[in-house]
Amino acid sequence: MIHYLPILILFFIALGFALTNVGISEILGRKRPTKEKLTPYECGVEPVGSAHERFSVKFYLIAMLFVVFDIEVVFMYPWAVAFKSLKLFGFIEMLIFIGILLICYFYIWKRGGLEWE
Amino acid sequence: MPNTSIMTFNILSILPVLILAGFGMMVLVVDVLSSRKMGEKNFLAYLSLIGVVIAAFLSKNFTGTTLFSFYGAYTIDNYSLFFQFVFLLCAGLTILISKNYVQRENINYGEYYTLILFSTIGMILMASGADLLNIFIGLEIMSISIYILVGMKRTRLTSNEASLKYFLLGAFSTGFLLYGIALVYGATGTISLRQIAVFIAGKGGVLDPLLLAGMGLIIVGIGFKIASAPFHAWVPDVYEGAPTAITAFMAVGPKAAGFAAFLRIFFIAFGQVHQDWEKIIWILAVLTMTTGNIIALIQTNIKRMLAYSSIAHAGYLLIALVAANNMSVSAILFYLLAYLFMNIGAFAIVIVISQKEDSFLKISDFSGLAYKHPRLAIAMTLFLLSMAGIPPTAGFVGKFYIFSSAIKSGYVLLAIIGVINSVIAVFYYLRVTVAMYMRGPEREFQPLTLSPFIFVAIIISIIGTIQLGIFPAKVLEIAQRSILLLR
Amino acid sequence: MEPYLFYVMAATSVVAALYLIFEKNPVFCALYLVFSFINIAVLYVLLEAQFIAAVQVIVYTGAIMVLFLFVIMLLMVDVKKKQKDDLPFQRIPAMVMGFVLLVVMGLAIKSKLFQGREGEYTSAKVESIGHTQLIGKLLFTDYLLPFEMTSILLFVAVIGAIILAKRKV
Repeated sequence: MIHYLPILILFFIALGFALTNVGISEILGRKRPTKEKLTPYECGVEPVGSAHERFSVKFYLIAMLFVVFDIEVVFMYPWAVAFKSLKLFGFIEMLIFIGILLICYFYIWKRGGLEWE
Repeated sequence: MPNTSIMTFNILSILPVLILAGFGMMVLVVDVLSSRKMGEKNFLAYLSLIGVVIAAFLSKNFTGTTLFSFYGAYTIDNYSLFFQFVFLLCAGLTILISKNYVQRENINYGEYYTLILFSTIGMILMASGADLLNIFIGLEIMSISIYILVGMKRTRLTSNEASLKYFLLGAFSTGFLLYGIALVYGATGTISLRQIAVFIAGKGGVLDPLLLAGMGLIIVGIGFKIASAPFHAWVPDVYEGAPTAITAFMAVGPKAAGFAAFLRIFFIAFGQVHQDWEKIIWILAVLTMTTGNIIALIQTNIKRMLAYSSIAHAGYLLIALVAANNMSVSAILFYLLAYLFMNIGAFAIVIVISQKEDSFLKISDFSGLAYKHPRLAIAMTLFLLSMAGIPPTAGFVGKFYIFSSAIKSGYVLLAIIGVINSVIAVFYYLRVTVAMYMRGPEREFQPLTLSPFIFVAIIISIIGTIQLGIFPAKVLEIAQRSILLLR
Repeated sequence: MEPYLFYVMAATSVVAALYLIFEKNPVFCALYLVFSFINIAVLYVLLEAQFIAAVQVIVYTGAIMVLFLFVIMLLMVDVKKKQKDDLPFQRIPAMVMGFVLLVVMGLAIKSKLFQGREGEYTSAKVESIGHTQLIGKLLFTDYLLPFEMTSILLFVAVIGAIILAKRKV
């Protein structure tokens, strides 16, 4: 557990840094709010409509495909760590695994799953 | 570990699975590469059918062998081979009844066939898995494929609703199963079914509370998949909303696979603590039979009626599970095969009658069928009589063996309740027959076109139903050889 | 130090979960869930399960939560509108049963009946070999079949995404 100590220390430094900065600007900064200042900043142009807009379902499809390939990549971590003891055998296994998902990718591509229709 | 080579785990043992996976992917690739219109892609059905047939021949080659491959995670014995045969037959018949149905309903996607093949892989894993992890992965592959297949008819709201309902409830039940597996692992420190049995034997056949809780959760998880009451609430809506060919598939495949896993887990791992689970399953069996049969009495939609009837059949099968003797395994195997033929046959006829967009699904739509299409009416009557368990059909012999296995183990009351239920069931099966023969047509029957595919499927189902009913000896002998190595 | 860390992380994850339940704005709910997940990831690290901790962060807080946020944006539930309680009759029984469950769980933990058994892989063994290393070795030898079948499972998931969520197939 002791080797996580640096991470813990870094965590507290980061937390302290963020809190100090926000705190200092809170204490030292002058606040003169006007209506213009309080509107959301949209590149200096006057805001058009609400920022709460419905997303297109197309994002959802991309997100789902991302999850699947994310899980594929997760399997590669233990594989990479244990690769030396698994030798060629492990390499072939991963090749089959990725091969199947490559066919899967090909299918998505040809079906137009990656197109923004 | 360094000495591992390809040979130590016998990759040939999963050859049928590899074939199914290969053909499943091939169907998809060919589909996306082809430039033909959706309705004209006949080759999708042909390809997947070839895949199923090859897989069946390969699995036939293993007959008589017993081997453990993949470090004991995958078992090949007569038991799993019998189930493999049931699953492949189920997939094959489903493809046959689907071919024209999917073209009629505009869902002739390559995905449709791929998912049927992939879910068959899942079922095979469930029947062959010798540890809980394999069974779980198999169950997931099977279920997720079927969630998607149910929602395949994207333009129809009931199909979407059915898919969503099945998915939400199914995911929830999977959670139960997985939690059960986790508790069993926590209690025993192993997920191998044999090691669990060894552990229980070491404790002198007494379950500690953790293991008991795990067992209960596993019952819930698998009970959902086989549609046993009180985990049956999803069945009617999902069966009604799904494309009819898929309803036929999911009424047989997942139920058979669920029982395959149920038997393996409870006879091998928990075989010695039979007294701890027999009462639960006893209650489940009675509830399942009674609920299914009584609610089926008031149905007006044929698919809903068959859905409740499939619940009732799960109840009969649970009777044999309670009995837990050598006879009950072969009784379940035989019954599942009989159920496969009569169920897929009945749904095939429903597909033919219902016509485009599934317009005719009420029981009253069958009125007067016997005058217009006498041969279809005879076939439908045969399947319904078999489901009701009237001799000389397959259903009768199946029920007979199930009830005798119960009596052999001394569950006389359970057998009596089963028989009473079968009598109740006759009413609603006969209602359809009466409508077909005794009432005049309530609608114009359009000329029905019976494509060669669905015709072959119906013929196979008829032959199966009659053959198992009149000459059950041969199949029974195979079923008797396929028993699990008990205790 | 470890027990204290456990209590801190467990407490914060429970508090985050409570916020998640009582928060009205669904986007904040999702963020509280992220916070809870990360706390749980630290608990995995405390159990010497570093790989699981990494997966928790990569898959759950990374990918799955993105999916959650997309769904929230997609549905855009109006937070100001008061949701009608469709099942008022379930309210009281749910509270009672929840309380009963709490009591039962408390008793079960107190009774020490649910002890479980230490399996083949003790935490000392895991620590000496390395968690990820051990998972790698087991996954690619003993559990090879489930691993390869996972690719089929992922394939099925992709087919589902395409066929059900794509506008035109």
